[in-house]
Amino acid sequence: MTDISYSSPKTIDEAVAAMVAAKGAGRILAGGTDLLVQLRAGFVKPGSIIVDIKKIAEMTSIEDKGGGSFKVGAAVTGMQLHDHPTFKKAWPGVLEAINLIGSKQIQGRASAGGNLCNASPAADSVPALVAAGATVTVQGPKGRREVAVEKIPAGPGRMTLEPGEIVVSFTLPARPAGSSDAYLRLIPRTEMDIAVVGCGVNLTMKGGICTAARVGLGAVAPTVLLVEAAAKALIGSKLDANALEAAAAACRAVCKPIDDKRGTIVYRTKIAGVLLKRATAIAAERAAKN
Amino acid sequence: MSKQKYKWVGTRPDRPDGADKVTGRARFGADFNMPGQLVGKVLRSPHAHAIIKSIDTSAAEKLPGVKAVVTAKDFPEQPNLIVPTGEMQVNLRDITRNVMAREKALYESHPVAAVAATTDAIANAALALIKVEYQVLPHVIDVAEAMKDGAPLLHDNLITEGVKPVPTKPSNIAKRIDNVKGDTDAGFKQAEIVVERDYTTQPVHQGYIEPHACLASMAEDGQVQIWSTTQGHFQVRGFCSRLLNIETSQIRVTPTEIGGGFGGKTVVYLEPVAVMLSKKSGKPVKMVMSRDEVFRASGPAPGGTVHVKIGAKKDGTIVAAECTIALQAGAFPGSPVGPACWTSFACYDIPNIKVIGYDVVSNRPKVAAYRAPGAPISAWGVESTMDILAQELRMDPIDLRLKNAAKKGTKTSYGPVFDTIGFVETLEAAKKSEHYKSKPKPGMARGVAAGFWFNVGADSSAAAHVAEDGTVTIISGNPDIGGSRASLALMAAEELGVDYDKVRPVIADTSSIGFNFVTGGSRVTFATGLAVVNSVRDLIRECKVRAAKTWGVDPDGVIWENGCAKPAGSNVGEFEPLSLAQLAATAGKTGGPINGHNQLNAQGAGPGFGVHIVDLKVDRDTGIVEIGRYTALQDVGTAIHPSYVEGQMQGGAVQGIGWALNEEYIYSAKGKLDNAGFLDYRMPVASDLPMIETVIVEVANPHHPYGVRGVGEVPIVPPLATVGNAIARATGVRMTDLPMSPPRLSAALDAATPRMAAE
Ligand SMILES: Cc1cc2nc3c(=O)[nH]c(=O)nc-3n(C[C@H](O)[C@H](O)[C@H](O)COP(=O)(O)OP(=O)(O)OC[C@H]3O[C@@H](n4cnc5c(N)ncnc54)[C@H](O)[C@@H]3O)c2cc1C
Repeated sequence: MTDISYSSPKTIDEAVAAMVAAKGAGRILAGGTDLLVQLRAGFVKPGSIIVDIKKIAEMTSIEDKGGGSFKVGAAVTGMQLHDHPTFKKAWPGVLEAINLIGSKQIQGRASAGGNLCNASPAADSVPALVAAGATVTVQGPKGRREVAVEKIPAGPGRMTLEPGEIVVSFTLPARPAGSSDAYLRLIPRTEMDIAVVGCGVNLTMKGGICTAARVGLGAVAPTVLLVEAAAKALIGSKLDANALEAAAAACRAVCKPIDDKRGTIVYRTKIAGVLLKRATAIAAERAAKN
Repeated sequence: MSKQKYKWVGTRPDRPDGADKVTGRARFGADFNMPGQLVGKVLRSPHAHAIIKSIDTSAAEKLPGVKAVVTAKDFPEQPNLIVPTGEMQVNLRDITRNVMAREKALYESHPVAAVAATTDAIANAALALIKVEYQVLPHVIDVAEAMKDGAPLLHDNLITEGVKPVPTKPSNIAKRIDNVKGDTDAGFKQAEIVVERDYTTQPVHQGYIEPHACLASMAEDGQVQIWSTTQGHFQVRGFCSRLLNIETSQIRVTPTEIGGGFGGKTVVYLEPVAVMLSKKSGKPVKMVMSRDEVFRASGPAPGGTVHVKIGAKKDGTIVAAECTIALQAGAFPGSPVGPACWTSFACYDIPNIKVIGYDVVSNRPKVAAYRAPGAPISAWGVESTMDILAQELRMDPIDLRLKNAAKKGTKTSYGPVFDTIGFVETLEAAKKSEHYKSKPKPGMARGVAAGFWFNVGADSSAAAHVAEDGTVTIISGNPDIGGSRASLALMAAEELGVDYDKVRPVIADTSSIGFNFVTGGSRVTFATGLAVVNSVRDLIRECKVRAAKTWGVDPDGVIWENGCAKPAGSNVGEFEPLSLAQLAATAGKTGGPINGHNQLNAQGAGPGFGVHIVDLKVDRDTGIVEIGRYTALQDVGTAIHPSYVEGQMQGGAVQGIGWALNEEYIYSAKGKLDNAGFLDYRMPVASDLPMIETVIVEVANPHHPYGVRGVGEVPIVPPLATVGNAIARATGVRMTDLPMSPPRLSAALDAATPRMAAE
């Protein structure tokens, strides 16, 4: 770790410039709960140029835009969101997903931006953000663009970002009354583990009927998946057993998991369906109160 | 009971090492440094099994900052000689090869070379410059695979011991052992019910939080100093002496505080390498393993297969029992298959027993001791089978065990006849416990199992010194991994009749006290405790002599009471009692410093029995097990410091639950470990478990002045089957393969209720 350089720009323009100047050796530092671990383990080679984004106001602030819409800076920590006065009511599923990351200590540092850009298929916040229909604002040498969250990961450890591009913030859309969301993950232990499967469900209920739904599924494929077929099975239903089973089957059908130390193909596929049903039930219960 | 009998024994004062540990002052293995020290690092084999054709270290040696490079060539060849290490046996010829591979690399991360350099980065760069030419060989990991004809052979010279006629061809089976009592064929003929099952377990790591670490310095005159985190600094000294051909008294080993060992720190990995690097470089060398190295190249406990057959009468009387156990030894012979066999049916008084054990080598790290080595594996099979028997007989599982419980006078399958033991008392305490008498909460099911461990005695030395002000230092030589300093001080205070805080226990280095066998086998409070008690008695004898001199009476006329010398009766004369402080103040005039000593080979270790009860819930959709309530009961003889006894019982239970539910080594097709870290090697975390409740049973060991048996190992024996038995009762599905992890349990439940199969 000897020949590493560090800078902490005050603006996004400076951060982008630093990343461009680093010519591929640049690494964005948000909470560092992935990056510092990787540095210590030697996965990130010496010669890295660390660009710390925590001094940039836009990336560390939360904006309640009303009607359920929020703008959340990419480097906002889990604890900051947890303590926000209105976020929890608006997006309980997104919040619980972000707050599941690690432990209290990790929560004081870890960000949703880092979780997304670490590009792990098992990242906890990503299925919930995908279900939420969140978009990210990306800024790079060619300016800003707006992208759906599910378009950012390209595979384990890989992103669709162009060289020099930085994720600036997440935008969560406004939702009608009767909406809510939920996130569940399965881990073999109760804490300090990585999702074997993660499932985010975002619903709008009207008169007992599901009028809108989005489902995000993590750890069952090289990237987090938006499961449109599962959403389709839920929309128009009363979330009865048949609809839930059809949605669960849709989740199982899109799974392309691997057998590894964290779970088997058979198990992950089965659990995708189990979590879909359970997360849907929680989201529906919450929606009924909104 | 003990509270009335004793002033100090059975109380719960703070431990003497407590303040240092909670304030961070305590120094562990990696905390020792010397001026000018170098960083030592090990190059490890990337292959599970390969011939080492050549090693070229020339480029590494030329790198500026590199001060020494060693390979197996630097270590003298060793004889084919078996020596004890803790509860296990090791062969010197093998251990030098485990420390540094010679002809072959036998497991992934087997050390092949080591460097000492001025910085971490230079040491790493040097490792990358060492060129090793390997010829990769087929490998074998699984014990059943390794036993098959045609399996890749680890050692061309390994002929199975204990088989007649002696095999002519080498194999991976190092040894077969046979343990027979009575005639099981005849016994099974009387049986009205026979239960027979096959079980498997996976290897598990001891999971100590502190990685192996040491600092070694060899001076120009050949004297060696070592600081090491170890369960046995005398063993470190002994191994370094033998493996490096250095006279034993030239080596002084100081044990650091130890961040867990559980048996895994009774062997040497780094110390001989660090000494050799220090010898070659002329500088002190510090070596610290990474967590990755700890997982890949130290420990673990073996995995194995267990076949159990138990025959009983309809009233539950067991008439015959058989068990066949095959354990992975790792790369070199020497699994704990012996204790696995001997403990298998030790809980029960069965007329006919046959136990067969196989010690099997395979391409994984050489196993090390882990709490009651081998016993949890055979108990997993036997105690699960006992539960099936109880279910089939519709008997309460504790009643079935009571009906067959070993007692004083029971002859074991491995020879000895039990003296006073407390298994019946422990079972009865379980039956009477609030936990067992209450109904499981809705959705929860209950499991029960028992466990046994011998506990050991062996060699200890101790000394007791009176300081000038009359306070006392107790000197012994066993690293304190479970609160033993507190227990030793309590027994010394009790003997002396002085306050606990007037007695300071210290752990001396190898040059400052006589030999002590390792901290292992649950022996320290028993055996070293006995040496401490005897050394205090020796000190008291000396105090009486000094008082007699002061008073001008015969020493027989002096008694010791409440920390003072007193005349035995009015016929001796009228004298004011003399305290330790008074005796110390005049010691110069009565014969010099007042000290006591003792050394012994402790006999009469008291076997320990435990019974565990769990209430748990199984999520049928996910296979996740939630432990709702857990109680560990154990006969400990006497709980000298009940808090640390409870801590041992809780810790053992938690490790056993981890073994049951999630812990396993996962190997890739290439024989490389896939989960070498605490993230994917899933030990329980605090939030996984409720507070483990404990019930201490005290049936005194007649061979110890305070009745101590030993505590640390028994509690890891019952949990595997305790959990499995509860899962069977919760789901109707009997698990026979460990771990009962969510994917496995879920698959077993789905196989039993094929509702997902259609989809
Ligand atoms: C003990 C522990 C437990 C954990 N538990 C969990 C868990 O339960 N669930 C889970 O999902 N993860 C877990 N993690 C992983 C990690 O905490 C999360 O992924 C976290 O969200 C990362 O956020 P960070 O701000 O610390 O990211 P950093 O480490 O700062 O960054 C992560 C990666 O993203 C890049 N990056 C960060 N921000 C940006 C940006 N704005 N634009 C472009 N690239 C960026 C960095 O360069 C780096 O490659 C755990 C980690 C630890 C150490």
